[in-house]
Amino acid sequence: MGKTESICSLSNLSEFYGKDMATRDAYGITLVELGKKNPDIVVLDADLSCSTKTAKFAKVFPDRFFNMGISEQDMIGTAAGLALTGKIPFASTFAIFATGRAWEQIRQTVCYSNANVKVVATHGGITVGEDGATHQALEDIALMRVIPGMSVIVPSDAYETAQSIVKASEYYGPVYIRLGRAKVQAVMPEDYRFQIGKAYIFRIGKDANIVANGLMVSEALKAAEILREGGIDTGVANFSSVKPLDEDALFKTAKSSKLVITAEEHSIIGGLGSAVSEFLAENHPIAVKRIGISDSFGCSGPSKELLKFYGLTAENIVKIVKEFFKK
Amino acid sequence: MADIEFLKDKARQLRIEIVKMLTEAGSGHTGGSLSAADIVTALYFYKMKHDPRNPRWKERDRFVLSKGHAAPVLYAVLALSGYFDKSLLGSLRRLNSPLQGHPCCKSIPGIEVSTGSLGQGLSVANGIALGLRLDRISSRVYCLLGDGEIQEGQIWEAAMTASHYKIDNLCAIVDHNNLQIDGYCSDVMNVEPIEDKFKAFGWNVFTIDGHDMYEIINALDEAERIKEKPTMIVANTVKGKGVSIFEGKVQYHGMAPTHEELEIALKELKNGQN
Repeated sequence: MGKTESICSLSNLSEFYGKDMATRDAYGITLVELGKKNPDIVVLDADLSCSTKTAKFAKVFPDRFFNMGISEQDMIGTAAGLALTGKIPFASTFAIFATGRAWEQIRQTVCYSNANVKVVATHGGITVGEDGATHQALEDIALMRVIPGMSVIVPSDAYETAQSIVKASEYYGPVYIRLGRAKVQAVMPEDYRFQIGKAYIFRIGKDANIVANGLMVSEALKAAEILREGGIDTGVANFSSVKPLDEDALFKTAKSSKLVITAEEHSIIGGLGSAVSEFLAENHPIAVKRIGISDSFGCSGPSKELLKFYGLTAENIVKIVKEFFKK
Repeated sequence: MADIEFLKDKARQLRIEIVKMLTEAGSGHTGGSLSAADIVTALYFYKMKHDPRNPRWKERDRFVLSKGHAAPVLYAVLALSGYFDKSLLGSLRRLNSPLQGHPCCKSIPGIEVSTGSLGQGLSVANGIALGLRLDRISSRVYCLLGDGEIQEGQIWEAAMTASHYKIDNLCAIVDHNNLQIDGYCSDVMNVEPIEDKFKAFGWNVFTIDGHDMYEIINALDEAERIKEKPTMIVANTVKGKGVSIFEGKVQYHGMAPTHEELEIALKELKNGQN
C-alpha cells in the first residue's frame, strides 16, 4: 500500500518510538516534516501557536501559516475555504475552543460540505491542569463524534500521534485529533501502524478487558498487570479511533470476557465509554464500567493530582474491576 | 462592454424561475432571493469566469452564497447557466431532491460550499481566496451576504481577517434590503452604518443601487482594480424586487407565493416591469 509506504518514509517518525513526551510536541514536529513533504499542507491557529506547537511550522513555512487571532469560528471557516482549493489545512487551538466555540462551523461548513479539514486540538481533558475548568475540554469527543462524516482520534502517545497526523493528511475528509498538554508515557510497540478506524489489542483478557484511549492506555496497562497478578485475567485495547469505532476488535475483546471497562480522560457521557456501550448493548450485551469524568466540570490543580482526584488512575481501574468480581 | 439589456433580461428570467420554483415547493425564501437576482445575474452572466461543463475548473472564479436561504436565486442562475437541467428546479425542497432548502455542495454541481447557517460564508470565501493566492491563481472570489446576516459576530472576525491578510482577490456584496424575518433590521438590531463599519475594518467600500445593472457591473469591475484590501459592495436593494405585491414586505422573507400570487408575479415579470 502506498499509504503505508509514505508513513514509513517520513524520516523522523521512528524517533518518537519509546519516547515519553506530550502529544502536542509530537504534533508540532510532525507538522514541519509533513510540510516539507507536501506543499499543500497549511496550518491555522487562533493565537495559541506556542501552546499547540504549530509555531514550529509557522517558523519554517510562514507563507503557509495563518494566525487567525482569537477567532476560532473564523479559523474553521477559513480552513474550510483553503481545503476547497485543494489545500490540506490543519486548524489548531485548545480542544474546548475548537470543538465548543466553533462546533457549528465544524458541523455546517466543514462536515456538511465534506471539506478536507483536520481539526487538531491540544489541551484536551483534565491534564490541562492549573488553568481549570474553562480550559479543560471534557466534552470534545462527544461533540465531534455526533457529527456525520467526522473521524475522531485520541492518540495514546507521541509515536501514535505522529502516525495519526500523517495518516490524517493522507485521508480525504474531516478529522478531529485530540492531543494533550502533559507529558505522557510511551505505550505503543515499534511495529505499530496507526490506521483510522482500527484499534490495537495489546492482550485479550478472559475475565476483564480495558478499552482505553489517550493517556488512559498507559494506566490501563498498569492496571491490567496488577489485576493479572491478583488472579483476574485482564486485557487491554487501545481504541484511539473513537469514530469509526473498530467494531470487530471490540467484539473480539468483549466476547470471551465478563466485563468491559472503558477508560478515558473525558466525560463518561458521549465519549469512548458511550460509543463502546452503544455497540455492546446492541450486539453483545455484557457488563460495562465507564471510567472518566462523571458529569462534572474540572478544576484547577497539577495534572497528576487531578488525575488522581477524578479517578483516572490504574489504582482506580483496579479497584473498580475488583469490586465487580467480588459480587 | 456589457450588454445591459441582455443582463436585464437574464435577471427577469431568473426572477420568473425563482417565483415558479418557490410556488411549486410551497415554502422558501422569496424576498431575499428576488432582491439578489440582479447581483447574481451580473456575476454569472457578466463578471465571473466559470464553465458549467467543468464546474471544478481550477481557474474558475468562486461564488459563495453566504445568505444561503436565498438558495432559489443560486439554483435559478446555475440552471440558466447550464450546470443542470432547468426541469430540476421543480423539485426544490422535495425529499431526495438535490435542491435542498439551503444549498448543499455535495448534491449538485456548481455550489462551492454548503451554506444556510448565517455568518459563515465570508470566512470560507477568505479561505478560498488565500488558497488561490498560494497557488498563484488569479481567480476572484465573490461572497453574497445579507444585511441581517452581518449581525453575526463571525462576519466581523472574517472582516478583520480579509483586511489583515490584504485579501484583494475577494469581493463581498451586502444585499442591503433592510429587512430580516422579524422586521426592519433597524428595529431588530441596527446594522448601520454598514459602509463606515467596513471602512473602519480596513475594507474598500462601494455603495450602489443593487438593481441598477450598470452600477452593479461597474462596481464589480472597479473592485478588481483595488489592490491590497478587500472590497465590500453595499448594494441597496428592495426585498421582493420585481413583483409589486412582494416588494418591501417582510412577510415574504420566508414565505412562498401562492398560486394566485404566482399568476400576478408572472404577469408582471413577463411584461418586464422589472
